[in-house]
This record gives sequence, C-alpha cells and structure tokens, in this order.
Amino acid sequence: MSAPAMPGKLAGIMPVRSEPFGLRHYLICLKGVVLRECLRFLHQRERFISSLVRPLVWLFIFAAGFRQVLGVSIIPPYKTYVLYEVYITPGLCGMILLFSGMQSSLSMVYDREMGNMRILLVSPFPRWFLLVSKMLAGVAVSIVQVYAFLIVAWLWGVKAPPLGYLYVLPALFLSGMMLCALGMLLSSLIKQLENFAGIMNFVIFPGYFASPALYPLWRIQEASPLLYKICLCNPFTYAVELIRFAFYGQIEWLSLGVVAGCTLLFLGGAIIAYDPSRGLVIRKQDMGGNA
Amino acid sequence: MQHMRTSGPGEEVAALDVGAVSHSYGQKRALNDVSFSIAPATFTVLLGLNGAGKTTLFSLISHLYDTRHGSIRIFGHDIRRASGEALRRVGIVFQARTLDLDLSVYQNLSYHASLHGIGGRDARQRIAALLEAVDMQGRQHDKARSLSGGQMRRIEIARALLHRPSLLLLDEATVGLDIESRAGILATIRKLVQAEGIGVLWATHLIDEVEDADHVVILRRGELVASGKVSDVIRANGGSSIRETFSKLSRVDAAGMAETSP
Repeated sequence: MSAPAMPGKLAGIMPVRSEPFGLRHYLICLKGVVLRECLRFLHQRERFISSLVRPLVWLFIFAAGFRQVLGVSIIPPYKTYVLYEVYITPGLCGMILLFSGMQSSLSMVYDREMGNMRILLVSPFPRWFLLVSKMLAGVAVSIVQVYAFLIVAWLWGVKAPPLGYLYVLPALFLSGMMLCALGMLLSSLIKQLENFAGIMNFVIFPGYFASPALYPLWRIQEASPLLYKICLCNPFTYAVELIRFAFYGQIEWLSLGVVAGCTLLFLGGAIIAYDPSRGLVIRKQDMGGNA
Repeated sequence: MQHMRTSGPGEEVAALDVGAVSHSYGQKRALNDVSFSIAPATFTVLLGLNGAGKTTLFSLISHLYDTRHGSIRIFGHDIRRASGEALRRVGIVFQARTLDLDLSVYQNLSYHASLHGIGGRDARQRIAALLEAVDMQGRQHDKARSLSGGQMRRIEIARALLHRPSLLLLDEATVGLDIESRAGILATIRKLVQAEGIGVLWATHLIDEVEDADHVVILRRGELVASGKVSDVIRANGGSSIRETFSKLSRVDAAGMAETSP
C-alpha cells in the first residue's frame, strides 16, 4: 500500500466538535443500532427462514395432530370453542419472541467474541442507552418475524379478529422487550459462544413448555399441581397470556404487570452487568476475558 | 457535571494523562502504577513485548475495563466520571478486527457514525472524504469480508476518525500485515499528526516502527520502564539506538527504572 496523500484531504472534517448531544443525536444513534440489527437479519436469510419454519412446523404438524387429543374448553378470552391451532397461535408468537430474544443474546456473545461489541461499548452515549437501543433493535426484528408468521397462519386459515392484529402489537412489543432484556442479561453471564447450548436447555425449552403456550393452565393444574406452580413463576407464561388477550382487544392486567416488571428487572440487571465499574463484566476482566 | 482537571494559565491540557494506574486479573497483576502523559498533536509509541500490558492499558483508556486504581484523563476529562466526554475525543483501532464482516464498508462506517450521533448528509460526506483519505474510495459497497487485512485496517482507521477525534489510539494496528501495508498505514497515521494535529498513541512491539522524532512509552511486564522523547530515553539509558535501549529495558532481569520527562 502506498501512503495516501493525507494533508488537505480531511480539511474541514477533523476539527473537534464539542457541543453536547441532544435528542437528535440520540435518535441518530438509535436508528443506527436498529438499522444494523435489521441489516444483519436480512443478510442471514437462514435465520429468517428458521425463525419462520419453527412455529409453522408446530402449527401445521403438531397442532393438526393434537387437535383431537388436546381439547380446549371455553376459557377467557375465548367466547366460543376454538380450534387448537387458534389456541396455540399466541404461544407460537411468544415462541418466536423467545427464540429471537435469545438469538439477540447469542448475537451479543458473538459480537463480544468477534470484537464488534467493543465498537458499541466505546460509543460516548450512556451505556444504558446503548443497551436499550440494542434491545429495541432486537424487538423490531422479532416483531417482523411474528407478523410474517401471522400472515402464513392467516393463509392457512388460522385467523384472529382483524383488529386483533393491531391490538397485539403493544403486547408483542412489551413481551419482546422482556425477552430481549432477559437475553441481554444472559449474554453478560455467558463467557463463550459454546455455552449458548446451555441457554437452549435451561432457558428456552423449560420456559416454553412450562407455560400455557401449548395447553391451558387449568389442564396443567389437573395434570400436575407442581408444574402448575412452576408455570405461575415463569415470566413467559404471562407474556403468552398478554399476547393471547391482546388478540381479542383485552388487557390481562396481571400479565401486563408481570411482563412490565420483569422487563425492568432484566434490563436493570443487564445495565449493571455491562457497566464496567459495577457489573459482572468486571468478573470477566478479572479472569482475563474480553469486555 | 464536568469532571475536568483545571489547568493553570498557559498550561496545556494533556491529550492523555495516565496517573498511577494499576490493574490485575485476579491475582495476576497486569499493570503496576503506570503514569505518563501525551501532549496534543504528538506521535507516541507505546512499546512493549507481548504481555507487557499494552492491550490492558488500551482497554482501560477506552473504558472497556474499569480503572479501579489510578486515573485516566483524556483532554482533562476523567474516563470514569465523564466517560462520554472523554470517549468523544478518542478514536480507537483495536488489535482484533472489529468490522462486521456481513456488512458493507459503508454500512460499517455509517453504523459507527451513528454511534457518535452523526447521521444523514454529514455522515455521508465524512465517509466519502475519509475513504478517499485512506485510499479506499470506490470500495464502499464491498462486503468487509472481501477486503484484505491491510484494507480492513485502513477502513478501521477511517472509522476511528469519523467522529473527529483529537486522540487516536491504535493497538498493534499493523500486526499480521505485510511490510508494504505496514509502512503505508504507519505513514498515513504520521501524516495525520502533521496535517490535522491529532495526538496518536501507537502500541506496538515492533521497534522498527519508532522514529527519532517520536515519543516513546516503554512497558515491561506491566511496569513503566521509560518514557519521553526517543533521544532522551536513549541518552538516559546509555544506549546508542532505540533498538538497543528497548532490548535492554525489555529484558526480564533489567534492573531499575529509567524515566525521563515526556
């Protein structure tokens, strides 16, 4: 490489800017983080396809097969008997959010190992804002995946009330925030990419199956009171119920409270974990790990 | 609240002021009571063999690690108390590659610009000018994955300059590059110091990257063993060249410390 002729080329570019950051700068930062997450998602087509195929397999195969075995009585928010496919659709939306939230945690571990995370962490914006931006970016990508699934489900004949597709958006957003915040907190605890398999075994599968995503809570209570109690302690239970009720234009207040509370709790934990002066990252640097 | 060290009349605020910094990984001490400062618009080489503590020092300066012992100030702004103000003034090129390989050159640079609150036409203009400055114009739509090691480094340098920093930190920026690419990148950075008045801290273990007019900071096993102008460091240690002096100071059994004022 020959040395480029630098003098003069950067004239007018290099002087130090020192005005404080305003709202416009924060929005530029947020937009940049969201855009990058979306671009990464678009460049990883297999990720999009697998995120779509996973719930569709449950809808087309599992639900069709178990329709006759697993009866669902009339329980709120349903006013009539519903097909099993209709019952599990909110749970499958939750499944997409759950996998996507964990995927964003995987992405953060990957970024940390590959060094990309450093670029984010040396930004002059407050660390909490960068993490919230990263979380919002993950939620935006999750919601796109959920609506892609809902379109295919609609074409398959599994339909919610038309306005339900609009009502469910805030529920998807809040549930997505909670699961992304959980993923972010977990990413601060995972030291290496290989340890992500543990997340699958200890978070995703137990979280999904110990919830009303596939079967109503009253059925779980009949089958196993202990499992029922576990389901009640699972934040994912409330995310699924929040989404289910939102499809029918209703707010399940307990679920809303639990999901909002858990979002704040997980986000607070992640912010502490990624704060170099207070967090768990210190423990990693003590062990010689990368921040 | 501003956490800035005040200067007396006529006193120039240091671009980087490292004061009594120590850092440990568990029981292993990586840096021990390291102090030095860098004046604005100077080229300073941070010399040290592998394991001397250069990357740890960079991680502390860039606030990736917390400075628990000692203080680090960038243009007077404390990295712990006013990290935002301090980081706005710093451009960093890490030792490890940090480009997102799945994104294009432009997308990588644009992402970085947004992380510093720069968007729209301003970002586009700066990206175009900096790509030209590092001789990578016309490559903005190439995937980062398709670039050579030297080209990636040039893009990382352009990225580090996007937000108009006054201090540029480069950690082993020429590692893994061929001789021609190394020379080109080094020349690019030296010209930046001259043309734009940017202070540079260039970490390396390659002694042939040091020139007589430079300042050096020499680390050995986490301890500062010398700092100052190259000529002063050579003279203070009774050597005939910086190569000989570095070799002498880097020896594990080297006794004593030789420090000159920067």
